[in-house]
Amino acid sequence: MRKSWAGWAAIALACAAGPAQAGEFEFTGYVEPELQLFLQKASRPEQPRANMSLAGEVSAKYFWDDGDQSFVATPFMRLDMHDDKRTHVDLRAFKYAYIDGAWEFRAGVDKIFWGVTEAVHLVDIINQTDMVEDVREREKLGQPLVSLSTYQRWGTVDLYVLPWFRERLFPGANGRPATDIPIDTSQTKFESGRKRRHVDFAARYANTFDIWDVGFGYFRGTGRKPILIPGLSSGGSPVLIPYYAQIDQLSTDIQATKGAWLYKFEGLWRKELNDRYLQGTGGIEYTLYGLFDTPSDLGIVAEYIWDERGANPQNPFANDVFAGVRWTANDIADTSLLTGAVVDMDTQATFFSAEFEKRLGQNYRLSVEARLFAGQPASDPYYTLKDDDFLQIRLARYF
Amino acid sequence: MSFVSSALRRAAHAVLVALPLMGLAAVQAQADDLPGTDRPEARGLAIAKETDNRDKGWGDAEADMEMVLTNAHGDTSTRELRSYSLERTAPEEGDWSLIVFNKPRDVDGTALLTHAKILEPDDQWLYLPAVKRVKRISSVNKSGPFVGSEFAFEDFSSTEVGKYSYKWLRDEPCGELTCHVVERKPLYEHSGYTRQVVWTDTTDYQPRKIDYYDRKDALLKTLTLSDYRLYEDNFWRAHDLYMVNHNNKKATRLTWKNYKFHEGLTEADFSTTALKRAR
Repeated sequence: MRKSWAGWAAIALACAAGPAQAGEFEFTGYVEPELQLFLQKASRPEQPRANMSLAGEVSAKYFWDDGDQSFVATPFMRLDMHDDKRTHVDLRAFKYAYIDGAWEFRAGVDKIFWGVTEAVHLVDIINQTDMVEDVREREKLGQPLVSLSTYQRWGTVDLYVLPWFRERLFPGANGRPATDIPIDTSQTKFESGRKRRHVDFAARYANTFDIWDVGFGYFRGTGRKPILIPGLSSGGSPVLIPYYAQIDQLSTDIQATKGAWLYKFEGLWRKELNDRYLQGTGGIEYTLYGLFDTPSDLGIVAEYIWDERGANPQNPFANDVFAGVRWTANDIADTSLLTGAVVDMDTQATFFSAEFEKRLGQNYRLSVEARLFAGQPASDPYYTLKDDDFLQIRLARYF
Repeated sequence: MSFVSSALRRAAHAVLVALPLMGLAAVQAQADDLPGTDRPEARGLAIAKETDNRDKGWGDAEADMEMVLTNAHGDTSTRELRSYSLERTAPEEGDWSLIVFNKPRDVDGTALLTHAKILEPDDQWLYLPAVKRVKRISSVNKSGPFVGSEFAFEDFSSTEVGKYSYKWLRDEPCGELTCHVVERKPLYEHSGYTRQVVWTDTTDYQPRKIDYYDRKDALLKTLTLSDYRLYEDNFWRAHDLYMVNHNNKKATRLTWKNYKFHEGLTEADFSTTALKRAR
């Protein structure tokens, strides 16, 4: 992998060295200490009750050719006190971009997001999930890619070639929150003989028709979500081994924006091993602006998540309902509070989360998060996280 | 015969006089031809149209803005953003704009794309750089504060003639200039105002002061526009906009700089694709 990044670096530097005229350079970033407090005793003695870590990200951007060419490098790093798997470095971005009118070419490492819903991001497929950063699968690893996009009156088309596969990051034996049986990434298996070198392909069409924002996606290649197979570690203790299958996926994401109401739907059809199945999620988001004659807003989100396969060990969200409330103060400090719960309609298992955020002064941002898992039966994929309720405090200094 | 020739001569004379002055002469004639003070609605509308006419043809623009928010205790907080805009001429359309935040640093790269309409809600997309997500957002929040400032979203959106009904109130001195004082009432839904009173100078037809009246028709805010500079011999832009909220005693000062016109921006630069690469 290091070799492939070095290749991209060489290309990018060659491109950057080309133009003679002076460009524009920007340098930004943050450093963020974090404290995590776990409410229960861990299932393994080596897992801590309290954990500290430090994360940092810098972004160097260089634009030239009147902004039509650019190079962006965004390395991210976390140092974790207990978990050597959570201590990691990732290039979130390392890309060269060239814009020619309605066309855009990109090569390097980048993050691409597809989708419209809030609780789960079903159709989002380009990037691998950084599970050690967020159990809710919102943080992503940089993906090596070459892409071509065009914006036309009939819509936007993006084509992606993804020459290198990134494995999902999982917490190590000392990490929390984590599965009771540790995941052994040293034994990772692939369906494709090319393993990480399998070249994946993705395409997307998107357009806006009045109140409708519509997207269609296609993906063919290594599935981002591994199947976890029980096995034994080299020392003979039970572990879970990730297995990455080849998938074919067609997806759609649709949003209608009508007044203060947003109506959202994401659906996909996937072929994986001998299975063919559908998944869907959809719901509403409604915002009450100017709550009680104050400048603050209250947003309400309700979504349903469905998997044609029914309850299964691969997907904790097979017949689940999400309800959430987002309060935004609209003050100088951008204070906000987001709370929500996902309830499994089959088992009543509940995953609750709350996030509070506030800017302090001009350059600091405080965020406090709480995650609670309740009522997971042994059959639920989240059962294993049941004893990992936690409170997390982060204070970022931006520069 | 003689009638025709005299008419021709008069026409030729008119063309000769008008040609060198072109735009200005036409504009001035219209301004002088404002409907009388006995027709306040027509006169108010004509003043708004005149302001609009004088700004036609700016095409596309880029500028940097600094926003200083001050609370009742005098504490300040600063925002910086870059603004791109594209003039739209279709009758049902407002102008397109893309603004990209630079400061505070925690919102660096956050961008807002607006395809404005006249009376229908605008089409609006927000770009969240941390998750690289473009989100279509509701635009009915006209009266909500823009990034915690004393400017509401509607104060910030493009001024289009068709958004209001008008009534001329009086002409009066405003500083060294004379102003038409015109009351306008929003025709679009979800406005936080019953009415606004606009002081437009009689020389360049630029707004110099705006009083905003809330839903209970009490004076809520006053905007003072100053440091007007002329671009490309045609387009006036205020570089200092100072909004005072009379209720909470907070204030917000917008300072514009580095205005550039006709940079060759196109519709593609105001697409959701462009939003993702905004900076």
